[in-house]
Amino acid sequence: MNTKEKSQLKVMTGNAAAAVGATLARPDVVAAYPITPQTEVIEKLSEFHANGELDAELITVEGENSAMNAVMAASLAGGRVFTATSSWGLVFMYDAVLTAAGARAPIVMVNVNRETPGILAVSCGQQDMISTRDCGWIFLIAEDCQDIIDSVIMAYRLAEDYDIQVPVMVHYDGFYLSYLSEVVDVPTQENVDKFLSVLNDQPQRTILTPGEQIGCGSHGILDGYVELRYKHCLALERAKDKIDIIDKEFEDIFGRSYGGQIEEYKLDDADIVLIGSGSMCGTIRTVIDDRRDKGLKVGLLKLRMYRPFPSEKLTKALKGKKAVGVVDRSIAFGFKGGPIYTELKAFSEDMKDTKLVSFIDGIANTDITKNNINKMIDMTCDLAEGKDVPEVTWISYAPQQGGE
Amino acid sequence: MSEVRFHGRGGQGVVTTSKILASAFSRIGKYGASFPMFGFERRGAPVTAFGRFSSKPVREKTQIYEPDILVVLDPSQKDSPEIFKGLVQNSIMLINDPDDDPGITNKNLSKLGFLDANKIALETIGLAIPNTCIVGAFASLTGLLGFEPIAEGLSDYFSGKKLEVNITCAKRGFDEVKVINF
Repeated sequence: MNTKEKSQLKVMTGNAAAAVGATLARPDVVAAYPITPQTEVIEKLSEFHANGELDAELITVEGENSAMNAVMAASLAGGRVFTATSSWGLVFMYDAVLTAAGARAPIVMVNVNRETPGILAVSCGQQDMISTRDCGWIFLIAEDCQDIIDSVIMAYRLAEDYDIQVPVMVHYDGFYLSYLSEVVDVPTQENVDKFLSVLNDQPQRTILTPGEQIGCGSHGILDGYVELRYKHCLALERAKDKIDIIDKEFEDIFGRSYGGQIEEYKLDDADIVLIGSGSMCGTIRTVIDDRRDKGLKVGLLKLRMYRPFPSEKLTKALKGKKAVGVVDRSIAFGFKGGPIYTELKAFSEDMKDTKLVSFIDGIANTDITKNNINKMIDMTCDLAEGKDVPEVTWISYAPQQGGE
Repeated sequence: MSEVRFHGRGGQGVVTTSKILASAFSRIGKYGASFPMFGFERRGAPVTAFGRFSSKPVREKTQIYEPDILVVLDPSQKDSPEIFKGLVQNSIMLINDPDDDPGITNKNLSKLGFLDANKIALETIGLAIPNTCIVGAFASLTGLLGFEPIAEGLSDYFSGKKLEVNITCAKRGFDEVKVINF
């Protein structure tokens, strides 16, 4: 049943969308610490808590590490939880992020992508996502404000699914999305309750109860450790099909689909493909429309799920394409190419003759402009035609400004 | 699609200006998307914001390099060549300026709107925050939308007495903006 007409159109920022999405999921416990560009998420949640819209225990913590430990404990006790962070905050909760994954605590967190410590930059970049990619969490990446609110709601279905029980991080670009004001179709509480009600019909997950002796992934050596890790990896594999199913059920109720693991835009007959993620995809779509008008068969493959890495979907969609340019808004230290490019390359055998090239752009708020995207498409075309194209290009790096 | 670039300083309500306009355009069935660019959040620091307003959904998520409308909330920036960068032909500029003659000439401008928005804001709201006055002036100067959607857009951000005085402030901007045609 689609009761979409009852939903409300509202102009809001990406941060507000995250707070509204979390509130609609009716969490029991929220604990978070403010950091630019995520601060507004906490401000909004506090506002909703104060006016009664958010009926949750709101814990004011003294830092991100406490935030993650608080929501982890509440999650392991059986509660539905939410937290939000960014960059330095994510790094400051790093040990707890790892522990939450090991304990299989079904936490939902938004991470507002910002450059990481090393060089102080209050600016957009996915380096914080990359710095935690091997923590064992599920990663979803949102493209706009609507995607943020919808992905937060879907994240609960994924994290708390009995077959999954893995924490989910919803990433969205700082500045470009956190402060972007645009119209959002706010789902009704009734429909969100209905969408999440499936979780009430499954077996009760193992929870910690005061007075009872039980361990949740807290210790393990030799066989015990191996078993926990093996099962964690299986759960991540299951999450691939699960997000596709969740996306379909979301579409049935709310009338919007994000393709599950990946989204294809004008990809079917495309010879040339760009792979992107997050806010850059909107701009890429407009450039693709321009280039298609001029006769170039180019398409976009949007990576929506980054962990687990949707290798099967990617290789199936890219097989037979002439050339693929992978746009990374982060770097892989010690590798020449960007992180997503480097990972995709591990599957090049499955894509036979499809050529791959790496583009790094958008780091520290360098704008991924239409000109930059056109340049990437041109270089990918050159690669398809067999011309000599560097394996990796830092699109916005100008040696004359900073020296070699 | 109109591409609007906003220039101001932290505390002047640059970000809210672009947000209110996005709300106002949504009231007339159009699409708006706006976002600011700044580093640390602090008063007095230069802030640039970008707004795109269109009859179709806005997909671009980039900064604006070739604006057709400039909105300047901080008069001290009017001599900075930076704010005019990329301005396309036949463009419109709106500036918060206490001078009777802003003395702005740019070959690409077809229309200049100016008013002392700080003074109007002080008289109506009691604070020298020019943003809602500028939003009202924007509507009448550009002709892109009437005053009603502006008043409705303001209700997304203010309520009660605050909403009332801000609507008065915006209406004075709408009515009192002075226009020079080039």
